[in-house]
Amino acid sequence: MRLNKLLVSMLASVTLVAGAAQAAELSVVSGDTGNGLAFLQEQLDKFEAQTGHTVTVVPMPSSTTDQFGQYRLWLAAGNTDIDVYTTDVIWAPQLADQFLDLTEAAAGVVSQHFPSIIESQTVDGKLVALPAFTDAPALFYRKDLLEKYGKSVPATWAEMTATAQEIMDGERAAGNPDMWGFVFQGNAYEGLTCDALEWVKSYGGGQIVEADGTISINNPQAAAAIDMAAGWIGTISPEGNLAYMEEESRGVWQLGNAVFHRNWPYAYALGNNDDSAVKGKFDVAPLPAGEGPEARSAATLGGWNYAVSKYSKDPDAAIELALFLASPEVQKERAIKQTNLPTVEALYDDADVLAAAPFMSNWKAIFQNAVPRPSAPTKTNYNEVSSLFWSAVHNTLSGNGSAAENLEVLEADLADLKGDAW
Amino acid sequence: MATETMAPPVAAAGPRIKSELMQQRVRAARWFLLPMLIALAVVAGWPLLRSIYFSFTDASLNNLYGAEWVGFGNYLRWSVLESGTVRYRGLLVDANWWNAVWNTVRFAFWSVLWETVLGMIVALVLNAEFKGRGIVRAAILIPWAIPTIVSARMWSWMLNDQFGILNDLGMRLGLLSQKVAWTATAETAMTAVLVVDIWKTTPFMALLILAGLQMIPKDIYEAAEIDGVHPIKQFFKITLPLVRPALMVAIIFRVLDALRIFDLIYVLTPNSAATKTMSVLARENLFDFDNFAYGSAQATLLFLIIAIFTIVYIWLGKVNFDGGSR
Repeated sequence: MRLNKLLVSMLASVTLVAGAAQAAELSVVSGDTGNGLAFLQEQLDKFEAQTGHTVTVVPMPSSTTDQFGQYRLWLAAGNTDIDVYTTDVIWAPQLADQFLDLTEAAAGVVSQHFPSIIESQTVDGKLVALPAFTDAPALFYRKDLLEKYGKSVPATWAEMTATAQEIMDGERAAGNPDMWGFVFQGNAYEGLTCDALEWVKSYGGGQIVEADGTISINNPQAAAAIDMAAGWIGTISPEGNLAYMEEESRGVWQLGNAVFHRNWPYAYALGNNDDSAVKGKFDVAPLPAGEGPEARSAATLGGWNYAVSKYSKDPDAAIELALFLASPEVQKERAIKQTNLPTVEALYDDADVLAAAPFMSNWKAIFQNAVPRPSAPTKTNYNEVSSLFWSAVHNTLSGNGSAAENLEVLEADLADLKGDAW
Repeated sequence: MATETMAPPVAAAGPRIKSELMQQRVRAARWFLLPMLIALAVVAGWPLLRSIYFSFTDASLNNLYGAEWVGFGNYLRWSVLESGTVRYRGLLVDANWWNAVWNTVRFAFWSVLWETVLGMIVALVLNAEFKGRGIVRAAILIPWAIPTIVSARMWSWMLNDQFGILNDLGMRLGLLSQKVAWTATAETAMTAVLVVDIWKTTPFMALLILAGLQMIPKDIYEAAEIDGVHPIKQFFKITLPLVRPALMVAIIFRVLDALRIFDLIYVLTPNSAATKTMSVLARENLFDFDNFAYGSAQATLLFLIIAIFTIVYIWLGKVNFDGGSR
């Protein structure tokens, strides 16, 4: 009897070992914010059940700048602990050498995705990463407050400023001293580059460095755009906005203390959570346009992707995971639960998706016209370009010199950095 | 930190035996030191030499091993324009770098000054006999025991302009007329960082000074009391001179720590030019930007600045690391 038991347990352990030999242990990094980590874990549980692999999530800080520094370090050191990286849309040209080419593995599925997004992740013919979702920001507005004050959704920044000021003053007088007009991402980091690029582009001020490598940022339209934003600080936006990243600005907004809010679509689902003070009271619209002959509404192209490290010990299983996470099924759930914009074209006509996030039908056009950050023309110098740009903007917002002065210095610095060619 | 100096052998032994014994002890000491020296060479010496080497090359993170020698180019290089004007480039003429040096020095000066004064007060209180002294001594160490990254994150929420407890308290008590964005505005950012650092490191200073205070014999104070010396005069004439050796060592520990400050600033005000220190700038160039060699040059200069400071301090302050000659 005892011998039998022993035999059974021995056999069991043998099968366990054999099972483990096939199943891979993978690690994926994620700098997700809000309840994104829980969502990712949920999807990974499904993946584990389907394949028998085990996947560990390595959480990262939410600042993209911090994540990049860490990933670059790990990749340069040939770290084998991380198999799948979550990468920002701008990183492909900088990290291409360190990731596996997914062209072959994804040959059957690339056609489902928008070609422009696949192209943004292709460097010298190598498909560096598979898209998880794309991003184009929105102007979140309080429809209850606009109705109360009889205002319409602003189409230009000037309208937005006036409306924000009026409603803020009114609400403060009515007994909410914490009310603000507009919150955005004003900390000196990559997020400010996104926000400021939108202002500049909406005024027809170019996109910092043009696709052919020309430095275009020092122009009167760009200066006017940044000066306009500097005028918000301390009037319709709190001084503390200079230190806000996405989550801090969402905090102010979701407590019901802002009339307008610039953020990515992920804040839509979170804002409609039960614990949100603005649940059901807000809607989203395209960002306002600037002034001048080439004024338009501009949105910076964001988005996240999954890339497989070339140092992965189990590249096949890791590719399998990246394909799974980029699949239409996961993207659909992502769109419903996280209100992230899918990169799979068919999902924009999906009834379930549109029921959860009605705004998405309009967003297809917006992100297709979105402005890319100049990561392609500036290549490995992009981070420094971005840092110089956000510093110049942050200085202007903090009242350190006018936009014209700061942009002139920025142009000289960029020219030094560029040298003969990027 | 007071290392036991080897006591000289008993005087009764003859000169020959003494030297033999000494030699044996020296030999044994070398063997005991060897593991530590090897460990130091591996974890400190080699990386240091590597970064100094990289600072003379054009290394980038994607191409560490194919780096080419560029001499002092990262530190200073110049080109003559057609008009005849000379353009200088490199770390030694980089305004960002000198801004970071100035920030670091400013930070080190104010933080160590306040920590020394407050640490001294705390140490004097803890040196007095009172009920529950053990518990208070343990409790005061808590800020020092919390990992910096945790306490920095905690403070960044407390300092937050909209939901921070400091602004809330200030508004309720009527001390603030409106909410202040402590870490966001250039004027208050450095102060905010200083406050957190002082909060965190004063216990460390207090502990080192307390150790010094406890080495002062009690009978000196008794004698002073009998002579009717005023307590304040006692402090300046007895306590301060006698605690000075321990104090000087504590200060240099803190200054070295403060000159390489990184974590606190990285969490509280990562990209603000008003608080960016040498370490933060070097990290940014090393990993965020594609300037590994330039970042290495900054790290090397940081090392040199700290080394020069230490040497000057020890020389001017006549610091004795044996725990003070008495």
